Amino acid sequence: MNNLWKRAIERFGHPKVYCTLFLALLLITAVFLKQNIIGLICTALVRIAQNSILVLAMVPCIISGTGPNFALSIGMICGALAGCISIEMNLVGMPALFVALFISIPIAIIVGLVYSVLQNRVKGDEMTVGTYMGYSIVSLMCIGWLLIPFKSPEMVWAIGGKGLRNTIALSGRFDKVLDKLGNITLMGNVIPVGTLLFFAICCYLVWLFLRSKTGAAMLAAGDNPRFAAASGINVDRQRTIGTVLSMVLGAIGIIVYSQSYGFIQLYTAPLYMPFLAISAILIGGASIKKASIGNVISGLIIFQSLLAISLPVINGLLPTGNLSEVVRIIVQNGVILYALTKAGGAE
Amino acid sequence: MPKENEAQYVLELRNIEKEYSGNRVLNGINLKLNPGEIHALVGENGAGKSTLMNIIFGMPVIQNTGGYKGEILIDGEVIEIKTPNEAIKFGIGMVHQEFMLMPGFTITENIKLNREILKDNTVSKVLGPLLKTLDIPAMRRDANKALKELGMTVDDWLPVAGLPVGYMQFIEIAREIDKENMKVLVFDEPTAVLAESEAEKLLEAMKNLANKGISIIFITHRLDEVIAVADNITVLRDGEKVGEMTKEEATLEKIAQMMVGRKIDRIEKVCNKDVCKTSDEVALSIKNLTVHMPGETIRGVSLDIKKGEILGIGGLAGQGKVGLANGIMGLYRSTGEVYKNGQLIELNNPRKSIENKLAFVSEDRRGIGLLLDNSIETNIVMTSMQIQEKFLKPLFGIKAFKMMDNRLIREHAEKYIKELDIRCTGATQYTRRLSGGNQQKVCIARALTLEPDILFVSEPTRGIDIGAKKLVLDLLVKLNVEHGMTIIMTSSELGELRSVCDRIALIYDGKLQGILDPQDSDVDYGLLMAGKPRLHTKEVI
Repeated sequence: MNNLWKRAIERFGHPKVYCTLFLALLLITAVFLKQNIIGLICTALVRIAQNSILVLAMVPCIISGTGPNFALSIGMICGALAGCISIEMNLVGMPALFVALFISIPIAIIVGLVYSVLQNRVKGDEMTVGTYMGYSIVSLMCIGWLLIPFKSPEMVWAIGGKGLRNTIALSGRFDKVLDKLGNITLMGNVIPVGTLLFFAICCYLVWLFLRSKTGAAMLAAGDNPRFAAASGINVDRQRTIGTVLSMVLGAIGIIVYSQSYGFIQLYTAPLYMPFLAISAILIGGASIKKASIGNVISGLIIFQSLLAISLPVINGLLPTGNLSEVVRIIVQNGVILYALTKAGGAE
Repeated sequence: MPKENEAQYVLELRNIEKEYSGNRVLNGINLKLNPGEIHALVGENGAGKSTLMNIIFGMPVIQNTGGYKGEILIDGEVIEIKTPNEAIKFGIGMVHQEFMLMPGFTITENIKLNREILKDNTVSKVLGPLLKTLDIPAMRRDANKALKELGMTVDDWLPVAGLPVGYMQFIEIAREIDKENMKVLVFDEPTAVLAESEAEKLLEAMKNLANKGISIIFITHRLDEVIAVADNITVLRDGEKVGEMTKEEATLEKIAQMMVGRKIDRIEKVCNKDVCKTSDEVALSIKNLTVHMPGETIRGVSLDIKKGEILGIGGLAGQGKVGLANGIMGLYRSTGEVYKNGQLIELNNPRKSIENKLAFVSEDRRGIGLLLDNSIETNIVMTSMQIQEKFLKPLFGIKAFKMMDNRLIREHAEKYIKELDIRCTGATQYTRRLSGGNQQKVCIARALTLEPDILFVSEPTRGIDIGAKKLVLDLLVKLNVEHGMTIIMTSSELGELRSVCDRIALIYDGKLQGILDPQDSDVDYGLLMAGKPRLHTKEVI
């Protein structure tokens, strides 16, 4: 038993093992509380699909050596902007989604290029600088959302007719178009097959990229910049590619998130979202220097199920007032903190 | 000056032994120090000088690695020094090679650091001695006195930052002699960073100190300085004391010979001249190369490397021998001209160097040589894949997408694992988990994958055990003999160079001192390594 425990820790790392155990504990509690287990699992699946690409966005930047992208909120803003443009163009359904994706990519590339200039000047402090860069851009865009001259009455404030609303409902636009694509209904609960499939395609593309010559160069630049330089690899260029890819995936990720969630959230909404993605990939066994698609998938499953299941379970245990919401925040941030302190450990 | 019969030595070391994890670095060292004596301690890098001084000064590294054996006597009494603080209490001071000064503090504050003169004030009388005020006039008086003893005229209230290097060295010494009971002062290569005139001044100051009764242990590589000031000279080699002589007996040649000695018998056969054709054709011509590698600067070296030879590059640490290969491979900023087969190679561009069929096995294996968190196969093919576009295949037939060809990579890696006998669990094992010798083999495999005409190997046996050492050296000879590869091998271990190289170039102070034959005498090697007369060189450049 002791041996098994040790081997599990060695193989999967502390965060993964502890979080899985906590998850199992929650599930058992849920059974005792006579909750709808299948419902819980399906909710978890929806959340996993929702957040999937945002977590995937962490892979290229970690591999290229700039660490987890704490400034992913910048990429998310690009995606949100593209989503708003597609609504302004009065598009509906699948075309609306794909036009949004199509517009978001060039914006994210340009933003990523500019941001990587900064990244390459602050080597070693990317995470701290990235966090505050993300905060600054989110704050700056709070002004931006008010000033950009969108006209669509669905998006602007009803009174005054200027400036975008906090949340923009997507019903009638591209609400759940991917989720509903080929979905399966299980005892009244929906499994978002389309989104999961889209995520799988993105994973495959990123995996292919990592197996390419450029991907290998990025791997070398991230593992040992001095080795890379001595092998004639332009380290700054690889870091730029990693950052741009991360931003593009961030933009795609938030559009996918919005269609599943049903709303585009603006203003300060993207502020803390990078942290959720980062903790998911860290729990999945990634470190700030190394990450894989496997880390993304396992991290997503553990972290999002944890969040999805803990809320109703704690609600059942502590029915009074909004205490459950407080506990949820404690659990969520606790998991993030834990993942950050215990980052790595698995191979 | 030494008077043996008066018996009372200031410091005496008896039979000092020290092991680092089973590796004996000091073996039965005896040393006697009279009052007012300057005792020079010379030896190559790794001879054990620093370890001996660390023992005397009670550095924590000694205690942490299991302590030492033997006795240390001060004024005839056996003592045990466990911390630098205790050493200071016993009257032992150390002038460090790297300055240990606070740049933002004034000279006085540096000299008096942690030994400040204090006076009472109202608050300290109530709340205790920690709140006493500094007695600055008294501190400055002391500092000035110490500076004057060294013949320095400088305002003691200047901050240390921005002072010339020579001054900093003197401030270090002033700090030591300001300590009241100072008996023994250790100078660890004090002149290494000084200009010639400053060095002379320092030697003068040392003599003055000795005349005042302070004993000095003087560690240096500069043999002429030893001859100039030392009363007694002890020579260490491989952790053993190989000789002791007085000023009168000592000559440059004698010290040089003792210092180098012959360490390993020439077991490894020197490359057989019939098989590997060392022609007079020049493979690589270096003209006036300077390399700005911190700590290993090359200041204008011109050198011709012949096709098919193994050229050794030797010299003491910090003299620049490592800088040469790093400069040519574009890892550190360099100027000058390098021609390969008559064609100029662009400097400061690693890609160009590799494209010109040069390959490099770095001395900094874990720092530059390896991707520690990647597999052996990735390590081996990475450089070749990035620069020569090997091991790639198109994606679904589209040529623009270059994908890694896993099958080719695996085959290639397994070939080298077998050929070089890399001990591992498989081609996908991370290089971090390999032993030093096997890591080195991965580095060599990576260099060989580039199919170079000229291979640079720096410190190929550093940090690997003896068995693996021989394997690596044999491998180099084999590459040379069987494939006619020109090899330029840099090493701190002269014995190793002499066992495999055809010619050995010695670098001192960033300049080429001369090129010797492996059969040349120890004296010649010792003198060239210490940057001494060129009379003895066979080939003067």
